[in-house]
Amino acid sequence: MSNRLFLDTKEIQIILNRLACQLREKHQDFSNSILIGIQPRGAVLVKRLLSILEQEDHLEAIEHGFLDITFFRDDFRRSEKVLSANKNLMDVSVENKKVVLIDDVLYTGRSVRAALTAIDSYGRPSEIELLTLIDRRFSRHLPIQPDYLGRQVDAIADEKVLVHWQEEQGEDEVYIINKTNE
Amino acid sequence: MSKLSVSHLLGIKYLTDADIELIFETSSHFKEVINRPIKKVPSLRDVTIANLFFENSTRTKLSFELAQKRLSADVINFSASNSSVKKGESLIDTVNNILSMKVDMVVMRHPNPGAAMFLSKQVSASIINAGDGAHEHPTQALLDCFSIREKLREIKGKKVVIIGDILHSRVALSNIFALKKLGAEVMVCGPLTLIPKHIDSLGIRVETNLEKALQWADVANVLRVQFERMKASFFPSNREYAMQYGITKKVLEKVDKELLIMHPGPINRGVEISSDVADSENAIILDQVQNGVAVRMAILYLLASKIEQ
Repeated sequence: MSNRLFLDTKEIQIILNRLACQLREKHQDFSNSILIGIQPRGAVLVKRLLSILEQEDHLEAIEHGFLDITFFRDDFRRSEKVLSANKNLMDVSVENKKVVLIDDVLYTGRSVRAALTAIDSYGRPSEIELLTLIDRRFSRHLPIQPDYLGRQVDAIADEKVLVHWQEEQGEDEVYIINKTNE
Repeated sequence: MSKLSVSHLLGIKYLTDADIELIFETSSHFKEVINRPIKKVPSLRDVTIANLFFENSTRTKLSFELAQKRLSADVINFSASNSSVKKGESLIDTVNNILSMKVDMVVMRHPNPGAAMFLSKQVSASIINAGDGAHEHPTQALLDCFSIREKLREIKGKKVVIIGDILHSRVALSNIFALKKLGAEVMVCGPLTLIPKHIDSLGIRVETNLEKALQWADVANVLRVQFERMKASFFPSNREYAMQYGITKKVLEKVDKELLIMHPGPINRGVEISSDVADSENAIILDQVQNGVAVRMAILYLLASKIEQ
């Protein structure tokens, strides 16, 4: 089975614009809100949303951070590879703030749980929401659901959902890849 | 990400260049962690670590214990002065008893060189050498090199002089191995009575004149005079040692260049280093202590990931 294109550049652009609008609707001027991207791939999504909010709504200086969850993951010593950390850029306090956690793909929910634990290190937020570009439904290991959602996909365990970003891979695209073909 | 090539940290000489690079990279992530408002991460929550100290230690023991607690490991402490070792129990028996309580890792300091290596061959736990006699003290060398790299950006090509009691120092030996591996030029400086014979066979320079040594160097790592290990008289008096080999403001002014001053602690103020130098801006002694926790967290983290479930 070959790699399947699930979303193309145009579709992703429309989805990002919608997600930005939904955030705007809920958070108004973001004066008490923080966008936090889960490293590494959620960070790109945060930057995209920030640039849309800046261009379309002239909302500048929205507080944001990039959270590395490596040391909070629950599969340490259970996976073959050593879990390697990414840069953690959290120059913000989340005390009493509305936090929106942002990641590209929601799969088992374990990364999100690790992020929820990791955020505790930076204070007690008044609430935490979850935004993901892709939701792989029916594959959750934990009771975690997104508040803002780009697109749902049904992918089997042998498949991988891969988000390509223009900044990194040169094109905005989402693929479904058969892992056995990798 | 690659793994460490070793399952124990017994000495710098058993590490590859890639291992040291991996430890440094991981350490910088942990350094960020220990500067967060809440400094604890749950990575090692299912790992139990025994700290076995058959020799006195303040800094290393505290640093390891803090690193373990920051990683959420369970920690048991043991020091020889109030244990069954005093009643004549052998090292292997002591350790096996502790391991039968399901301990995954052992951090050990022991007065005999090679004790950590010996233990690693006898027991199944992962062993970290926290100093074995006058042999090696790998975590100290790693944190020293990490601190130099942090200040001077890289170690390759830098000139490091290790000053003082080289003969009794495991810190000196581990530092020499680590610095050489990382491409630094190394010199030892001290009274000839405190410099081991044939140390130049390690590919390092030997200098007995402090001023010349400082003139040559970018970094001065000042060692403690280890009075407790001295079974003979190696120099006439503390005062004379301080006059010839003590790092003072006056000596540094004579040399007149930017020097990074390091000391593994504990300091004998007024003997190997004067207070005004130890507390000056060029001294990174307290940075070394902070980096020590980060480097030890990295080592524990990387070795724990090699323990079989």
